[in-house]
Amino acid sequence: MDDLIKAALEGDRRSLAKTLSALENRTTNLEHILGLMGEPKPKPDHWQSLAITGAPGVGKSCLLDGLLTVWAESGLRVALLAVDPSSPRTGGALLGDRVRMTVVDHPTLKENVYLRSIATRKASGSVPLIVADMTEFLLALGWDRILIETVGAGQAEVRCAAIADRILVVEGPARGDGVQAEKAGLLELADAVIVNKCDLPGAERHADELRESYGLGLGTPPPVMLTSALHGTGIKPAADMLLGLEASGRSERARWRERLLAHHERLILESPKLDEMLKRLAAGSMTLDDVIESIGAEKNE
Amino acid sequence: MDEPLRVVVAKPGLDGHDRGAKVVARALRDAGHEVIYTGLRRSAQQIVETVRDEDARFLGLSSLSGAHSHLFPKVCELLRVEGLTDVIVFGGGIIPEDDREALYQCKIRAIFGPGTPTSEILEFIQTSNAMDDAGVGQSSDWHWA
Repeated sequence: MDDLIKAALEGDRRSLAKTLSALENRTTNLEHILGLMGEPKPKPDHWQSLAITGAPGVGKSCLLDGLLTVWAESGLRVALLAVDPSSPRTGGALLGDRVRMTVVDHPTLKENVYLRSIATRKASGSVPLIVADMTEFLLALGWDRILIETVGAGQAEVRCAAIADRILVVEGPARGDGVQAEKAGLLELADAVIVNKCDLPGAERHADELRESYGLGLGTPPPVMLTSALHGTGIKPAADMLLGLEASGRSERARWRERLLAHHERLILESPKLDEMLKRLAAGSMTLDDVIESIGAEKNE
Repeated sequence: MDEPLRVVVAKPGLDGHDRGAKVVARALRDAGHEVIYTGLRRSAQQIVETVRDEDARFLGLSSLSGAHSHLFPKVCELLRVEGLTDVIVFGGGIIPEDDREALYQCKIRAIFGPGTPTSEILEFIQTSNAMDDAGVGQSSDWHWA
């Protein structure tokens, strides 16, 4: 295992991929890896991780392909963690993010891009913490920026997004009447919004509705931009804007709430006493409150 | 529960027929595995890099174009060059009986034609995963019959 991590440090892609699997399968942990990697690098002024989220079919993968191309051309080394849901019934997953990716096959740019498809694997623990660990590991290896692509539906995905330094929400044209009730949560968390497919009718209007809606709230509204990933329209300006994106500051509380919940979930799922406590819960010799208290106390032992 | 197996399902070469690949992908998904689909018209190099970056245990190659005798061995060779020797490779599509022996020689461990029950593919996955020498660069001469 340690040899694998060392080879990953020297730039071997296969060892990098295998170490990510080990993190995912819990056969190693981040602390151990970082311990082998020496002094942590100082944090830069700009963001290091960006979550990209939005409803299925708005063109996230296609847009990301465009953004990755611009960034890779400028010499940045960018890793993309593409998160897709596992079937809650069978645990299986169909991971199709590569289908739309051309930059990973570009003869020269591919060296600057790493794409990894991740299934949420609900049965074996929490996604956000795996993604957070993978992000730390890739940054420690020297990748400049980490992108986390999630479908913006479901708690696990929102929580995944909240792990990142910044959140980009991707929208499509003519998405509803401006009320957008179901997506309110996600849009509130956004540091920037891109309305993709601006070649289709309704995109301009939707962008205006979003700007208007943000204008009604407090604080600085996040930038709302238009792109057409299909035709390449607006990709370069969006890529430039995103690189220097500041946190909106509007949603700090909501974001910390998600991070707190993710952290709490992690403490529970990674507790060595978890099995024992589940048994005792089932047997009725412990209550849910007892378990929470006991896990909280563990940290202080 | 065991961790899911990661399987890349790939369409090498100039071939636009992906019904079979999608049926296999779906069957593997429903059996609890994680399937990474490459999309159409991939080169051998692209497929091998996908297997490497996704850390896949299995690679399924689908071809209905007639170019399998050229493309499949090329992918296998490249996997070995890249050191991905423990990856288990299987194929499917329209592969005439006469062409199969040569593909088995390249350490492709199974060929599934039209009409194969998906349960048979799943059985192959289980059986070969339990072996420790069924990889494309490993010693066994075994193949699914």
